[in-house]
Amino acid sequence: MRIGDNEWPLEQRPGCTPVWRGRVPAERLPALAHDVRGCGGQLTALWGSDDRHLGGGFAIHVAFGIPQGTAWVSSDLGAEAPAYPDLSAVFPQADRMQRAAFDLLGIVASGAVDARRWLRHGAWPEDAWPLRRDFDAATRFEPTLDAYPFIQVEGDGVHEIPVGPIHAGTIEPGHFRFSVIGDRILKLEERLGYTHKGIEKRFEGMTAEEGARLAGRVSGDSHVAFAWACCMALESAAGSPPPARAQWLRALFLERERVANHLGDLGYLGNDVAFGIGFMQFWRLKEEWLRLNARLFGHRYLFDRVVPGGVACDLPAGAQAALTDQCDVVAMHVRQLKEIYDEHAGIQDRFVATGIVKPELAARLGLTGLAGRASGQAVDARVDAPCPPYDQVKVAIVTHDHGDVAARAEVRFGEVFESLRLIQELVRRMPAGPLLAELPTAAAGAEGLGRVEGWRGEVLVALRMGADGRLERVHAHDPSWQNWPVMEPGVLGNIVPDFPLINKSFNLSYSGQDL
Amino acid sequence: MATHLILRKILDTGFVSEPPPAADPALRTREQDLQEEILKVFGQALTVRHVDAGSCNGCELEIHALQGAHYNIEGIGVKFAASPRHADVLLVTGPVSRNLEVALKRTYEATPEPKWVVAVGECGCNGGLFGESYASCGRVANVIPVDVEVPGCPPTPVALLQGILAAVSR
Ligand code: SF4
Repeated sequence: MRIGDNEWPLEQRPGCTPVWRGRVPAERLPALAHDVRGCGGQLTALWGSDDRHLGGGFAIHVAFGIPQGTAWVSSDLGAEAPAYPDLSAVFPQADRMQRAAFDLLGIVASGAVDARRWLRHGAWPEDAWPLRRDFDAATRFEPTLDAYPFIQVEGDGVHEIPVGPIHAGTIEPGHFRFSVIGDRILKLEERLGYTHKGIEKRFEGMTAEEGARLAGRVSGDSHVAFAWACCMALESAAGSPPPARAQWLRALFLERERVANHLGDLGYLGNDVAFGIGFMQFWRLKEEWLRLNARLFGHRYLFDRVVPGGVACDLPAGAQAALTDQCDVVAMHVRQLKEIYDEHAGIQDRFVATGIVKPELAARLGLTGLAGRASGQAVDARVDAPCPPYDQVKVAIVTHDHGDVAARAEVRFGEVFESLRLIQELVRRMPAGPLLAELPTAAAGAEGLGRVEGWRGEVLVALRMGADGRLERVHAHDPSWQNWPVMEPGVLGNIVPDFPLINKSFNLSYSGQDL
Repeated sequence: MATHLILRKILDTGFVSEPPPAADPALRTREQDLQEEILKVFGQALTVRHVDAGSCNGCELEIHALQGAHYNIEGIGVKFAASPRHADVLLVTGPVSRNLEVALKRTYEATPEPKWVVAVGECGCNGGLFGESYASCGRVANVIPVDVEVPGCPPTPVALLQGILAAVSR
C-alpha cells in the first residue's frame, strides 16, 4: 500500500476494523515512520514478542494510525542481542513504549535518548525478562532497591515536591515529581508502573473467553472498549465476524460506558474547583445511569457482556423505552448543569487557560482521544475508520482548539449529547437476529487486531493465537500511553494547586498503561 | 445568574439519599478483640482511607459512587481521609502489585491502632483474574492482615458499605 511517497508491503486483513498488515526489515522502520508522519498519521502502539519457538528470534510490532485505518507492521530482530532503531525521534510517544518493551523482553531501541527502566521497578531482577517464553510467570523474586534517576532542575529558589505513589484521594497510584519556583511548576516528571501486575504474561495460554474477560480488566473504566477490541481481534483471527445485532449492542454498551465516564468526570471537574454541588448533581445522574445498566443488562459497568462471537445479553422487554426516556432526562439535566458551569465565574476562572496543550504540540507529541480532540486533533476511530454499526449510525466528531481544562470539559459535554443521541438511534434502528456466532477455533499462528474508540481514546488489542485455540501473545494498549507524557509540558507554568484539576481533566489510566 | 440557576437546581432535585444498609457480618474474616466502647465511638464517626494496591480501577469507580448523594455516607458518620494517619479503616483494592507491596505495608504501619482492613473486590479477596505472579502478590491478606473481604467485580457501593460497617460492628 502507498503511505506518503512510498510503496510499503502491507495487505488488508479481514475484520471489522480496517487493518493493513505487513513485515519490514527493522532498519526500514524509521523511514516508514517518516512516511506515516508525512501523511498525517500517528504511532498508536508499540510492543514486542518472543518468537524464538517459531524458528525466529524476537520481534517488534508497531501499530500506526493512518487515514485509512491501522497499519500493523512487524520486524524480526534475531535471537541474539535483539535491537531495532529508535522511533521516538519521529514519534515521541514511542519513548515509554520502547522502554516497556525492553523491560519485558530485553529488546533494545538503538539510539534512544532515554534508556531508563519504565515498568520494572524492583520487583524482578535487571536481567530477567518476564515476557520471554522461558520465563516462568510464577517465579517470585526478592524485591531489590528501587531508585529512579529523575531529571534534576537546579538553580536559585528551585525546589522539588514529590507526590505519590499512594495519593491523597481515591485515585490510582503513580509518582509525580514537581520542580517548582514558588508555586509555579517549572518541570513535572511522571513515574508510572506501580500497578504493573503482569497482565500480558497472564494472557499466555488463556482461552478466548478468559482473554476477553482479562482484557476488560486492563483498565476497568474502559471495560467495554477493551473487551470489544479483544473480541474484534479474536474474531478477526478466527475469520468469523459477530452477528449484526451483537455489533449494535456492543456499540450501545460502549456509548453507555462513554456517558457514564463523562458524567463522572464532569462532576469531578466541579469538585476540583470547590464546586461540590456539581459533583453531587453529576454523580446522581451517573448513579441512575449505572442502575439502569444493572436492571437491563445485569451489571452496573456492563462487565463481561461483550464476549467472543457476540454479546451475552439482549435488550429485555421494555428496554427500548427505558433507554430512550433516560437519554431525554439526562440530556435535560446536563443542559441545565452546563448552563450553570458556563455561567459560573469561579468555575470558568479555574477552567479557562489552565493546563493548555496547543494543537501544534498535541500533533507533535501524538495526543489522542478526548484530550487530543480538545487540542484540535480531529481523530476518532468511530468516524475515521468506522466498524459496524458506526458505518451506519454516523458519529458527529466533537473538537475544540483551546486545549485547556475548559476545552476538555467542553468536549465531554459535546460527547455526552452526541452519545445520548447515538444511544437513541442505536436502540431505534437495531437489527433483529442472533446475539452470538460461535467462534471456530483459530489456527495456531492466526493473528488479529481490534481497535475501538473508548471514552478516553483509541483502545487497541493485537493478538496471536497458539495451539488449541489458546492465546499466545496479547498486547492490550490504552491511549493513556500516548497522553501521559503530554501532561508533563501541559502543566508547565501552572500553579501546583491547579495540578489535580489538570490531571482530572485528562483523567488518564494508570492500570491501563502499567499492565 | 448562576446563583439563581443553582438554587433552582437544588430545589428541583430534592433529596435523593437512601437509608443505609445493615452491616453484613458474613463478610468478616477476622475477629479483633475490641472493647464495646471503642466500637460504639467508631460506629458513629469512622474515617476511611482508600488504598489502590494495584487494581484495574474498576473498584475505584464504585468507591467514587459511594461518595455520591444516593449513599449519603457522611450522614451516617463515614468519611474518607487523605492520610492513613487519620484513618480507622483501610479500604484496599486490587491484587497487590509487587511494585506496591512495600508502599501498602508502610501505609498499614502508618495507620494508628485500633485499625481495620477491608479488602475490596475479587482481586482483593483472592487475586481475581490476575492471580499471583512475578508481578502480583495476589490477595490483600497475603501482604497485610485483613478483617473483612467484600467480593464482587467490582462490589456495589451497598456491598462496600456493608463491608465497612461489618468491620466495626458486632
Ligand atoms: S475486583 Fe474487578 S473491578 Fe476490582 S480491581 Fe479486580 S478486576 Fe478490577
